[in-house]
Amino acid sequence: MEGLNFDLRQQSVRELNQFLHSDAGKASSGTIEVHHPDGAHSIAAGLNAPLKVVVHGHAGYYAAGMNMHADITIEGSAGTGVAENMMSGRVHVKGFASNSAGASAHGGLLVIEGNAALRCGISLKGGNIVVGGSVGSFSAFMAQAGRMVVCGDAGDGLGDSLYEAVLYVKGSIKSLGADAQLEPMGAQDLQIVTDLLAQAGMSQHRASDFKRVASKRELYHWNADANQEY
Amino acid sequence: MCGIIGLLIKKPALRSELGRWMTPMLIGMTERGPDSAGLAVFSDPLNDEHARKISVYSGLTALGAGFNWHALVAALEKQQGSAVTLQTKDNHAIITVTGDPVQAQHFIKAYDPLLHLLSLGRSIDLYKDIGMPAVVAQRYDFAHMSGSHVVGHTRMATESAVTPDRAHPFTAGQDFCMVHNGSLSNPYQIRRMLEPRGIKFDTDNDTESACRFIEWRMREGDDLKTALETGFDELDGFYTLLMGTENQLALIRDPFACKPAVIAETDDYVAIASEFRSLAHLPDIDHAYVFEPAPQEMYIWKA
Repeated sequence: MEGLNFDLRQQSVRELNQFLHSDAGKASSGTIEVHHPDGAHSIAAGLNAPLKVVVHGHAGYYAAGMNMHADITIEGSAGTGVAENMMSGRVHVKGFASNSAGASAHGGLLVIEGNAALRCGISLKGGNIVVGGSVGSFSAFMAQAGRMVVCGDAGDGLGDSLYEAVLYVKGSIKSLGADAQLEPMGAQDLQIVTDLLAQAGMSQHRASDFKRVASKRELYHWNADANQEY
Repeated sequence: MCGIIGLLIKKPALRSELGRWMTPMLIGMTERGPDSAGLAVFSDPLNDEHARKISVYSGLTALGAGFNWHALVAALEKQQGSAVTLQTKDNHAIITVTGDPVQAQHFIKAYDPLLHLLSLGRSIDLYKDIGMPAVVAQRYDFAHMSGSHVVGHTRMATESAVTPDRAHPFTAGQDFCMVHNGSLSNPYQIRRMLEPRGIKFDTDNDTESACRFIEWRMREGDDLKTALETGFDELDGFYTLLMGTENQLALIRDPFACKPAVIAETDDYVAIASEFRSLAHLPDIDHAYVFEPAPQEMYIWKA
């Protein structure tokens, strides 16, 4: 089947998503173009097939949420929770992303060309996130696995209560969260950042300009002597 | 949850479009706030510098929309000793006085305590009511309003009951209003600070305390910017606040950005909404500069 077009001023998000979830939809090979998204919520959420979807405009909340296998591009901005709980595949936002982008993503790659707002990558569980701009405060809070590459700056409390996710920031970090620390970039880090930048189409940045942020691992175990001071 | 909208028309020639552009913005926020809706529309100040417009709501009186406004105006003219003009629409009236406006307000309140005073000023008209935003918009013919800027709200109540007087926007003083998405955790602390200074409250709503706090700071000599800075220190909780004055529109978000906002700007307008859904219909939106306001920053636009 050749490319398909949906116009969300004529069709509902439910019609679009039901098609994308259907056997016929899963079998489509061309690009599925979504026109006039007009900030609607849940566009292309819950996909479970290697589809290619392009959203021409601004998406609302939870766009491309829970994505598996699909390659979803949003030409405009994305609202709260874009690609939340992504399992695999790729979500690419050309504009900015609102709060909680890529929250608890288990896998796949989330690319945001503009800025991401607060709590980007909160509770990340194995996905990769590359942000061309800056990330807001409390990003990667309690991130457990996966990587976040930030080409701009990071806000307050970056990586608070980090587990084993690793964060790479090129610009300034307003403040690190509890138990997050700067660490030297090793050869493996340089390779990871170079690869992720290439995958995101942002190879104009040099991996050697990035800083590594990872967990101090002091919050892993209860420390009775800490007297509640962390 | 609640929905916020704001629109400031940059070119005076386009002010007649205000209603047509902002009504779909308000209705677009119905899912965020289906229980009540309201807006404050600001237009050129009255020519007579002593004249003041008073927006009054009659929906709580025994006769509701059938309230006898003319009898009230006749009595008010006698009290004021000067002409009073009247404009009515359903539960709403704009009463324009040239005498002492505070005395006029006291008179109206004493005339029928169930009348609710919505706003006072030279340029503000304020409408709010319970019901779906589309119903409220239809009731007061929002689509045909004109003006330089508007502050609107659709409410999903969390902090106080669903009644017309607890709908947004709230006002304090003259030509000032506020709408709020979120919930404050210290509204009573703020009330306890303001009440001993003689500041009276109409409702138990948390937004009213923020509104009266900011207006009090400005009355004490702060400019809007300084008042908002103090607001960041004193207001605790979740908030996106949009405020209107005679010639300004101002937006702030709490430091945790718990409540949303998105802004679209063109050469013709600045439009603000909780979500892009309410901006998608605006003219030339595809070429607008669309961005998300940062937490704990002040955004102030001049009308």
